[in-house]
Amino acid sequence: MSAVLAAGGARVRQRVHWTDRTAHLLLAAIALALVAFLAGPLAAILAQSVEDARGRFVGLENFFAYFATPALAESLWNSVWVSLLATAVVVPAAFVYAYAIARSCMPLKGAFRIIALVPLLAPSLLAAISLIYWFGNQGVLKDWMQALGIESIYGAPGIVLAEIFSVFPHALIILVTALSLADARLYEAAEALGTSRARKFFTVTLPGAKYGIASAAMVSFTLVITDFGIPKVIGGNFNVLATDVFKLVIGQHDFQKGAVVAIFLLAPALLTFVVDRFVQRKQTSMLTARAVPYAPRPQKGFDLAMTAYCVLVTALMLAVLGMAMFASFVKFWPYDLSFSLRHYVLGLVDMEVGAAFVNSLTLAFFTATAGTAIVFAGAYLVEKTRGAGWLRSGVQFLALIPMAVPGLVLGLGYIFFFNAPQNPLNFLYQTMTLLVLCTVVHFYTTGHLTAVTALKALDAEFESVSASLKVPFWRTFWRVTLPICTPALVDISRYFFINAMTTISAVVFLYSPDTKVASIAILNLDEAGEPGAAAAMAVLIAAASLAACIAYLCIGWLVERRTQAWRASK
Amino acid sequence: MQAAEPFLRLEGIRKDFGAFTALRDIRLEVAQGEFVCFLGPSGCGKTTLLRIVAGLEAQTAGTIRQGGRDISALPPAERDYGIVFQSYALFPNLTVFDNVAYGLVNRRTDRAAIRSRVAELLQLVGLPESAAKYPAQLSGGQQQRIALARALATSPGLLLLDEPLSALDAIVRVHLRQEIRSLQQRLGVTTVMVTHDQEEALSMADRIVVMNHGVIDQVGTPIEVYREPATPFVADFVGKVNMLAGTVEAPGRVKVGARSFSGASCNGSPGRAVRAYLRPEDIVARPIAEGDPNVLEARIDKIEFLGSYCLVRVVAEGLGEQPLTVYLSLNYLSEQGLRAGSALKLRVLAERMRVFDS
Repeated sequence: MSAVLAAGGARVRQRVHWTDRTAHLLLAAIALALVAFLAGPLAAILAQSVEDARGRFVGLENFFAYFATPALAESLWNSVWVSLLATAVVVPAAFVYAYAIARSCMPLKGAFRIIALVPLLAPSLLAAISLIYWFGNQGVLKDWMQALGIESIYGAPGIVLAEIFSVFPHALIILVTALSLADARLYEAAEALGTSRARKFFTVTLPGAKYGIASAAMVSFTLVITDFGIPKVIGGNFNVLATDVFKLVIGQHDFQKGAVVAIFLLAPALLTFVVDRFVQRKQTSMLTARAVPYAPRPQKGFDLAMTAYCVLVTALMLAVLGMAMFASFVKFWPYDLSFSLRHYVLGLVDMEVGAAFVNSLTLAFFTATAGTAIVFAGAYLVEKTRGAGWLRSGVQFLALIPMAVPGLVLGLGYIFFFNAPQNPLNFLYQTMTLLVLCTVVHFYTTGHLTAVTALKALDAEFESVSASLKVPFWRTFWRVTLPICTPALVDISRYFFINAMTTISAVVFLYSPDTKVASIAILNLDEAGEPGAAAAMAVLIAAASLAACIAYLCIGWLVERRTQAWRASK
Repeated sequence: MQAAEPFLRLEGIRKDFGAFTALRDIRLEVAQGEFVCFLGPSGCGKTTLLRIVAGLEAQTAGTIRQGGRDISALPPAERDYGIVFQSYALFPNLTVFDNVAYGLVNRRTDRAAIRSRVAELLQLVGLPESAAKYPAQLSGGQQQRIALARALATSPGLLLLDEPLSALDAIVRVHLRQEIRSLQQRLGVTTVMVTHDQEEALSMADRIVVMNHGVIDQVGTPIEVYREPATPFVADFVGKVNMLAGTVEAPGRVKVGARSFSGASCNGSPGRAVRAYLRPEDIVARPIAEGDPNVLEARIDKIEFLGSYCLVRVVAEGLGEQPLTVYLSLNYLSEQGLRAGSALKLRVLAERMRVFDS
């Protein structure tokens, strides 16, 4: 009876428990969704770029045709130099600001940090609208600007300035993180050797932050080159890639050239993505478990200089924000500056932006709820379940791609993919459902990485212990994993909400009159010659985002109290 | 027909990670109620083997039988074991009570039964008052016991311990190892523990499985493993040892340098190069009678003070460059007025020598 047959080279395969089988099915569902709503649309762009209007394969002909059109080729160059210029300004500016936050003892650090992040709450075009009020044809400071030799704000100068404003917080977040990851022991060692301040900066600080700087530069460049709202509003006759895509696809229905431009936009984003992954690996390995966090010490002159700089920057930011708010409440710029709600009434009631605003809130709500659920479930299944290795790596890979795909490109892919009559998912085209899915996919990666970080912080053996106790994984998910991760869930949800409120690039291709969202309505108002109403709506979006942030703060606090009591007990 | 089947039997277990073979031809039987330690340096495959027994890793080839059942292909949830990890893996957001009851809730609907079982287990591990606390409120040693209680809650047939003590500080560790051992003996639960700490293995196990580079070098009781190491690796890894390079002079005689030791258990043709392994305590300073064989004239090179005993490095006449390490009691050293540079006589217990081909 007990004679055991030798396995004789046959590989042992463990039987899959039915609970694991369930996990595999869920993982497959996530993978399928990512294929349908991410890989499919991207493949459609690639296909479109090598086909002619009737769907025949033409190789690189569309690319040749693109470069043969001087106006289009010029846009490519315009996009590149404008993005380089904006990056060259924003990275050093944000670096000094980040340095002040991470390495000085200046007062009101929290306030400086929050004010610098405010641009994230509004669509990027808010800055463009505001600059028009400052420097436009009827701008307050138009004469000053012209005295400096800039003839008109419309075009490259406006784009660069507005982009600097809207990209600043993105660069700042990266740089603050990079500068906060300093090992105090290195500075102590340098000090013990009698190193001068400047030398410490160049031999310890800069090398420590170099990956962060590279990452911030790449991210800034990509954000600028793929941004649509700002050049649309303040670009005038200055053409860039992002506006070209829109004109080619929506205006001229030239899908093939649109796809070619989309691929140009994809290139820097892909490069950024690759560099960023590399950088992240370097950055984390730099800080060992034994590192001692750096704590700045007060130094009067330095702290004062840093405070002065931050005051200057925040003043500029508040000037941009404040002008948009001011203009939205003014009766008739620039002739009658008395207070009025005219623009709000005009926007919300007469131009029916009210409905668009409701759409925005709907989009944000479902993105923040469904998106968070999908992203967290996906991350959990990838990180914490057993078996189905290839499916796992597939989802892992797909989850990182959205980071490398600009919204404009994704939106374009959605048109190509879902507008195709033979696609069984065609019925989704122009529905709110598709807008939600597109927005979830657009911002998937950040949510996914947040969830993965939170999950990785949990003991890897929880699932093994549960299995040994014969408790199915969902029970442990519900009783342990989810409660511990709720703060991360709140973060992910907030991120989705704010971005859904302010996004333009992906959804600009996908809305119907019924599903138009507020950020798009602002563009339309601006086009219709109603910048006051556009400013008013942008302010409303910012206000809604701010309200959402505060609401999330309260939710976060409540959740913390309910689910994180065990942490306090230490 | 046959003697009772062992409770746990591993046959021809092999584990490949890509091109790397982590375990090779592992064969092992564990009797009901036995406490077995997997001992080896890090990377020897001991943890992988434990995880294969648990079903957390699938072996590439080989069979596992537990309690008369072939469990080779069963997922963890269908096997019968409780496990304690090095990190304890206590659920931090659940109270001690909920942690211990975690596996019970699934099986018994009766709340009163669960309550009394948890109380019983907490009593068993000596923490009856801690039910309402969170894990973070307990010390490392206390967390360890709760993890043990949780693993034992469902009365599994097999208890698996993965380096359960290595995260604790030395005093708690020594205390807990006796406690775990006596608990295991009281419950009679068959136990497999992974450790890299030889002292832990020697003091706790019924039998030790010494592993190296994915194979089992020796299986034996602690005394066997210590006194009669089966391979040079075992001799070297378990306890302190002097390694002397020499040659076989004749059956039972080993020549090291200019000296020859008689009474060693070695055979083979004279002139064969061998390595002789000798524990420090098998080189004694007393009693030495006139005419004893295997006596060395030695000079103290260095004394390392360890408390009541000292680790003394000596250079013995005739052994060439090879120094010896011996244990001498502090009392003996002071009685004899020995210090670095002093001369003394030492007797080698050559019958304790383990001789391996080099």
